[in-house]
Amino acid sequence: MRKTKFVAIVLLLALFIPFLQGCGPKATGENGQGKEPEKPTEIHIGVYEPMTGASASGGQMTWEGIQLANEMHPEVLGQTVRLHLEDNKTDKTEAANAVTRLIDQKNVVAIIGSYGSSLSIAGGEVAKNKEIPVVGCSPTNPLVTQDNPYYFRVCFIDPFQGKVMAKYASENLNAKTAVIIRNVQDDYAVGLANYFKEAFIQLTGDDKCVLAELEYNTGDQDFTAQLTQTASLAPDVVFAPGNYGDSALMIRQARSLKITAPFLGGDTWEAPEFIEIGGVDVEGATLSTHYSVQATGTDASKAFVDAYKAKYNKEPNAFAALGYDAYLMILDAIKRANSAEPAAIRDALAGTKDFKGVTGTITMDENRDANKSAVILQVKDGAFQYLTTVEPF
Amino acid sequence: MSRHLKRDLVILVCVALVVAWANGDLKDLLGIPGWQSYAVRIINMCAINAVLALSLNLVNGFTGQFSLGHAGFMALGAYTTALLTMDMAAKDRVFFMTPLVEPLRNLTLPFLPALVLAGIVAGLFSLLVGVPALRLRGDYLGIATLGFAEIIRLIIQNVRKVTNGALGLKGIPPVVNLWWTLGSAFVCYLMLRNFLASSYGRAFKSIRENETAAQAMGIDLFKHKLLSFFISSFWAGVGGGLLASLLTTIDPVQFKFPLTFQVLLTVVLGGMGSLSGSIIAAGIVTYLMEFLRVVEETHYWGSITIPGIPGLRMVIFSLALVVVVVWYPKGLMGDRELTVAGIKGVLGRVRQRLRIKGGRPA
Amino acid sequence: MQLSMFFQHLANAISLGSLYSLVAIGYTMVYGILRLINFAHGDLLMLAAYIVYYGRGMFHLPWVPSILLAILLTAAIGIIVERSAYRPLRDSPRTTILISAIGVSFLVENLGLVLFGGRPQPFPLPVFFDSGSAQEIGGVRIENVTFAIPVVTLVLLYVLLHIVHRTKTGMAMRAVAKDFDTARLMGIDVNRIVATTFAIGSALAAVGGIMWGMKFPQINPLMGMMPGMKCFIAAVFGGIGNIQGAVIGGFILGVAEIMIVAFLPSISGYRDAFAFVILIGTLLLRPTGLIGEKVAEKV
Repeated sequence: MRKTKFVAIVLLLALFIPFLQGCGPKATGENGQGKEPEKPTEIHIGVYEPMTGASASGGQMTWEGIQLANEMHPEVLGQTVRLHLEDNKTDKTEAANAVTRLIDQKNVVAIIGSYGSSLSIAGGEVAKNKEIPVVGCSPTNPLVTQDNPYYFRVCFIDPFQGKVMAKYASENLNAKTAVIIRNVQDDYAVGLANYFKEAFIQLTGDDKCVLAELEYNTGDQDFTAQLTQTASLAPDVVFAPGNYGDSALMIRQARSLKITAPFLGGDTWEAPEFIEIGGVDVEGATLSTHYSVQATGTDASKAFVDAYKAKYNKEPNAFAALGYDAYLMILDAIKRANSAEPAAIRDALAGTKDFKGVTGTITMDENRDANKSAVILQVKDGAFQYLTTVEPF
Repeated sequence: MSRHLKRDLVILVCVALVVAWANGDLKDLLGIPGWQSYAVRIINMCAINAVLALSLNLVNGFTGQFSLGHAGFMALGAYTTALLTMDMAAKDRVFFMTPLVEPLRNLTLPFLPALVLAGIVAGLFSLLVGVPALRLRGDYLGIATLGFAEIIRLIIQNVRKVTNGALGLKGIPPVVNLWWTLGSAFVCYLMLRNFLASSYGRAFKSIRENETAAQAMGIDLFKHKLLSFFISSFWAGVGGGLLASLLTTIDPVQFKFPLTFQVLLTVVLGGMGSLSGSIIAAGIVTYLMEFLRVVEETHYWGSITIPGIPGLRMVIFSLALVVVVVWYPKGLMGDRELTVAGIKGVLGRVRQRLRIKGGRPA
Repeated sequence: MQLSMFFQHLANAISLGSLYSLVAIGYTMVYGILRLINFAHGDLLMLAAYIVYYGRGMFHLPWVPSILLAILLTAAIGIIVERSAYRPLRDSPRTTILISAIGVSFLVENLGLVLFGGRPQPFPLPVFFDSGSAQEIGGVRIENVTFAIPVVTLVLLYVLLHIVHRTKTGMAMRAVAKDFDTARLMGIDVNRIVATTFAIGSALAAVGGIMWGMKFPQINPLMGMMPGMKCFIAAVFGGIGNIQGAVIGGFILGVAEIMIVAFLPSISGYRDAFAFVILIGTLLLRPTGLIGEKVAEKV
């Protein structure tokens, strides 16, 4: 029994270590152990994004936009806004821990994040229990905001995105048949492919218009088997949502196998590396995304584009723009609420109407999703060219 | 003995009181608020990691069979718990692409039976894996179990009718609190400790030391290896179930090899063959994993901003594994256990040395 | 299935298989001499690809120097890894060394994430291999790089067999592989031979990484994980420690993977699982692999 006791003591000690840290001076605000009477001079906003791991690129692009927004608008209600970034390592456990840390240790009043819907779901659960509002930049899965009154997003959702591409394929390209090649490990790709399929069947009125649904896994680099099969089916279009690196490789291999059908994808393709990796082969690849520099000519977006180019010396993409919008939407909510209390911010966020963001005019619907338009881009002459804007329908 | 028993009881009650305090149970009763949720979450993770490390240590440390398949069994436990505790409405919301197969859709169990079943499912699969794999030895066994874990994960990912595939599960009831996690860790520890003290445990250790000699002594190698593997996987499944309920959401990508890596790191750090070492290391690793976020965060010192370096934590941890294996192969505890006598002995020696240094005779 | 389609699949399969072979040679080389599963082999492959990427992109080096630089640097890193993480453990159980190797693998990957960033980068390609450089033979399309990889593999195979069987160092390597202590007694500098083995193995990983980049011109810090695992499986399948076996194992694995997706598309989601099934099956049914030598386990 002596060992048992000592394990008990060790457990006891283990209980205390984080507690001691938890009782630091920063931590007294939230958990009811006495509210600080003086008015804080800083407002803390948390950011949890995948800075490492499989989705690192998306997190990094979003973080650039958030930082820029913070530099351009560092104050609200006369108080300085401090950003606190936590890496969620593209891992659910880490995402939940990161959000807890932001709320308890950094006393954030609102949170931005995260690239990757599954990470957002894990983080959102914590935020819901702690009643801190979160604004997602680019998690497009419908499950993210479902049953979570504290989760908002500045992007559209996958059912809409899938419909947009199906409509483009059937109306603009006159496609009657399609082949879907999706990453079976990626919730985004699986979900989006499903919505595309539903919409495409509805639009063509043909149950068999999707000739095949082929699969690959994260880490696969050889898609020739799937593509050879695609070639033999000769579809009008190929819908291949997935990570831009994988997809660019896939399109390269498709072109060397003489597949001429246009490749369609979603917002994750929008990254300069998509074109760098794909080279001339991705010419003509078409994708739906949230925003294009060429599409919106408002003053806000012009200011953003100029500042972004000045700071990072490159063209901004949709993720940077969404990060920027998420930050500004929170600031707008704080202003309208005239308070930096999480509950007030949440209510103000829910009432967001006609917010003029860089990525378009944002109105929160009853599911806390942004009701906004999508743009369709096409790779042309080594750059993303704006094709058209699709309004919500 | 009775004196010890009394002392143990007192300590247990004290621990229970602290847990009740931390968990927020005294809030309604006495108006004392619980601990900050960040601290509670870290303790929860510590306890879950302790369960995982203890169970991996049973196979790797005590039986000397090198398994790298923990993540696969955790996945089985996590999915079993999730599917058995979610109610029908929650399941229907999540399975919006491919509906869940019928008996599972209607089935909702309380948490405890679900958790036990999670362990049993993981344990049964471990028999399927173990019967062929445990004929292998050393590094080959490690690679084979790694392969099995990957196969389990791929099956989970592909059987959408049961697991919802890549979309994962959401809305798992958040039943888990400090009582569950610490309680599981405690039960796991007690069970393994008593088990290792039994004739089975001695057989495990003899297999670790020398298989041929153990066999010569009449120990059925295969049976004992399989038993060790079963118990280990049972607790891996329970750990996975606890994790699922803590996070309330799971997907197959979580259960890749890096998860096993983290448990392996804990076991090696604590000492292969030391239960208390695994518990201590679980605390240290979990705590440091959070504490070291400091190096990745941006710090504001007035007008000066010091940017953090994301990714540095994992560099530190992988470096730590190599350093420990190369320079301190025994880890924190080697194969010793933390005991009252041991601590008293150390304290006594320190006291003695201090006295000698002070120049006063003892 | 049409005949031309079948041949296209076959061409794809041989193309992938030869790449697996190339990387598997390095794996099996190190294992054959040291009985050590170098878990970090795939990550050395990644490092080599990044060295070429930076050499070409940042320092604008011509092709030959940047490739040579990658091979030399990777070999040097291999020696450092051996010296610091494997040599101190030479007398420890093999599982201990495997743990150390796993640690090194994670260390290199995570250092890569910190130093290079997580975003996939385009691998620079010589014009000869660039887009649209494919040949059409009887309706079957084959990329130029597909012709190059088997040539490289065969050349390396020849060089390696020559080193191992026809040089003094090679003889020493074989002696070390048989028995460390006896080799030492025979006046062989074991440390030097092991370091040489590692240098050669890492150089092979570097060549593999460069060819991998040429075939799949998208590099990221985690790119070595899959090749590392697959090529290890190929090496085990062929008979680990046997250099010709690795080539054959790589080919068979590549062909099998492609054919599974081609003929059984409904289970293509299990493609990676299939490789592991091969691994486990080999280990259980024929641990010496297809043409591996029989090694008695020391008791």
